[in-house]
Amino acid sequence: MSQHSFRDTHAVCTERFAIELPSPDELVIALAGNPNTGKSTVFNALTGMNQHTGNWAGKTVGSAIGRFRHQEHSFTLVDLPGTYSLLSQSADEQVARDFICFANPHATLVVTDATNLERNLNLALQVMEVTDRVVVAVNLMDEAKRKGITIDFVKLQAELGVPVIPMTARSGEGLNELKEMLWKVALGHVTPTPKLTTYSEQVERAVTALLPQVEPLVSGVLRSRWVALRLLDGDESVLQALEQYTLEHPRLFSTGDVVIPS
Amino acid sequence: MKQGQIQQLKNLMQNLQQQDTTDLRDQIVSDIYARTEEIVTQTVMLPENKAQHEFDRRLDNVLTSRWLGYPIMMLMLGTVFYLTIAGANLPSSMLADFFFWIEGYLTTFFLWLGTPAWVHGVLVEGLYRGTAWVVSVMLPPMAIFFPAFAILEDFGYLPRVAFNLDRFFKKAGAHGKQALTMSMGFGCNAAGVIACRIIESPRERTIAIITNNFVPCNGRFPTLITLATLFMGGAIGLAYGSLVATAVVVGLVLVGISVTLSVSWLLSKTMLRGIPSNFTLELPPYRKPQFGRLLIRSVYDRTVFVLKRAVIVAAPAGIATWILANIQVGDASILQHTALFLDPFAQAIGLDGYILMAFILGLPANEIVLPILIMSYLSTGAMTEMSSLVELKNLFLSNGWTWLTALCMMLFSLLHYPCGTTMWTIAKETKSTKWTLVAILLPTSIALSVCFLVAQTVRFFGLV
Repeated sequence: MSQHSFRDTHAVCTERFAIELPSPDELVIALAGNPNTGKSTVFNALTGMNQHTGNWAGKTVGSAIGRFRHQEHSFTLVDLPGTYSLLSQSADEQVARDFICFANPHATLVVTDATNLERNLNLALQVMEVTDRVVVAVNLMDEAKRKGITIDFVKLQAELGVPVIPMTARSGEGLNELKEMLWKVALGHVTPTPKLTTYSEQVERAVTALLPQVEPLVSGVLRSRWVALRLLDGDESVLQALEQYTLEHPRLFSTGDVVIPS
Repeated sequence: MKQGQIQQLKNLMQNLQQQDTTDLRDQIVSDIYARTEEIVTQTVMLPENKAQHEFDRRLDNVLTSRWLGYPIMMLMLGTVFYLTIAGANLPSSMLADFFFWIEGYLTTFFLWLGTPAWVHGVLVEGLYRGTAWVVSVMLPPMAIFFPAFAILEDFGYLPRVAFNLDRFFKKAGAHGKQALTMSMGFGCNAAGVIACRIIESPRERTIAIITNNFVPCNGRFPTLITLATLFMGGAIGLAYGSLVATAVVVGLVLVGISVTLSVSWLLSKTMLRGIPSNFTLELPPYRKPQFGRLLIRSVYDRTVFVLKRAVIVAAPAGIATWILANIQVGDASILQHTALFLDPFAQAIGLDGYILMAFILGLPANEIVLPILIMSYLSTGAMTEMSSLVELKNLFLSNGWTWLTALCMMLFSLLHYPCGTTMWTIAKETKSTKWTLVAILLPTSIALSVCFLVAQTVRFFGLV
């Protein structure tokens, strides 16, 4: 991953994603999650009335942007479209993926539904493949309790390798813990170490074979393991996005010479 | 990053694509799922409610069974239509009576005011009568159909329908999720088109968008139901009349679904070639429907919404139609001239000039096709009073209708170009003039050819 700096995030957000940040010190948090997980409730709970709806440049997908303060820091929370994965090519999923990959947010918050973790964790695992700075919120704890579901959070956190915060956004339970963790991760006080998915032998062999070729091409821009997986996946939209985002803003991603596209 | 680096990545991907990586692709997805499952089994303790689970599984085995799934599906669909058709008759004619009773007073009031005849014409015979027809023909079926459909949805049955249809869509080279977006189209095609966003690949999404129009939306159901009731159910009042009418509507829906599948197949073999992508459809647990909340929500969210839209479009269309029908050029009105002009062509596809005219004027919303037609007939025909469905049938008969006319109008309504709102939505979603044109021209040519074939065949064998 590129060394993340405030200046980069600020410039990419304003220029590419049409999100105005009030100051270069603003901490940017991407908010991802499956549809119907209470993601908007989390968004509202964090930002209160401090939000407005924005539209992505060139996309029909609308998105809400909100702000909150914690520990003397100001945060901008970008609500990404609800998606089940980052793997496929629906407009919603591309928007979510591109923001997490290319806007360089200081942290990505993945909201999951405590009553349906099995479906929800897929997205968290995929986000963790793209970036280290992930916080997982397990929302709807009240419903899980009502249904008699119990979750071993110590173990879950160990299995994922990223901070996991149980919460009930509706009643505000866990909200402060979440803000505190986002603050710590965004400023680098806590460095998550995602436990990445080990794929089956066949896939791992193919990834290993690809890495030496991919590594020098994407280092400093994207995680090469993830790019190798997308190449195997045959996901051309990733390359299109890479082209679009890195060539339009070469100085933001340049690892050496700056090339202005003709 | 440099252009050259991206080009190198592209080359790498191309090389990989020359090898067969389908296995790897599936493997990547299933490995992530396996990892999630592993984490969840280690960290989540589920309560013991095996009994519920077992019940769901058994029910699924029946509702999504290869043999029983489809008959049950048709039975469910049929029941909803039957309830709608059988239940809407009486309130419909009561509403019509009520509105035309009021119309009498309105006319008296305008006479008393001493306004010129054309003011009364525009406001009462145009605006009021058009709107009153929309409300009395559409409100009762909607008030029954929507809650009934919502109950099926809330119970968890609709995802099973999608599951049943999934394999057909895959065979047609389309995406399984299209079964879901198609179902949404039954509510409103514009909503169905927007729902196509859930389909990942642009190719499959385009197929789903173009074919969404082939299932009848709320705006067209009243037309289909009314015509089926009038002409297919035999004489009104017959005990089995509603059943026959139901069968006809179910049949039309099935025609719509098969056209959807055939056109999807055709597109996926020609303009939109490719391999259908995989998806896992999750079947949610069955739930006890929350009747009270459902009733309120479907009345407010759907019935009132659709009705409001219909009235907003119908009111100005009513005025326009009345004006077209009342401005005389030479010996006939503009409407008559146009209808006369369209008539030979319309007759060839089993319709008449007025019906075709109604479809053209009804472009803004399908809800108003039937009201416009009625208004056109009224302004030229003999009837002055509209008090029940029997009178409506007489109006049609006096304008030369046969069961073939009704059938062709139903087929045309089912298959013709999308309404204005849907067209606009398609243009916005595809961001392509080409695909928008395809989405308009393809259904139109299908509607024209099917109606032509049906009309000519029936006439050739002398069946009417």
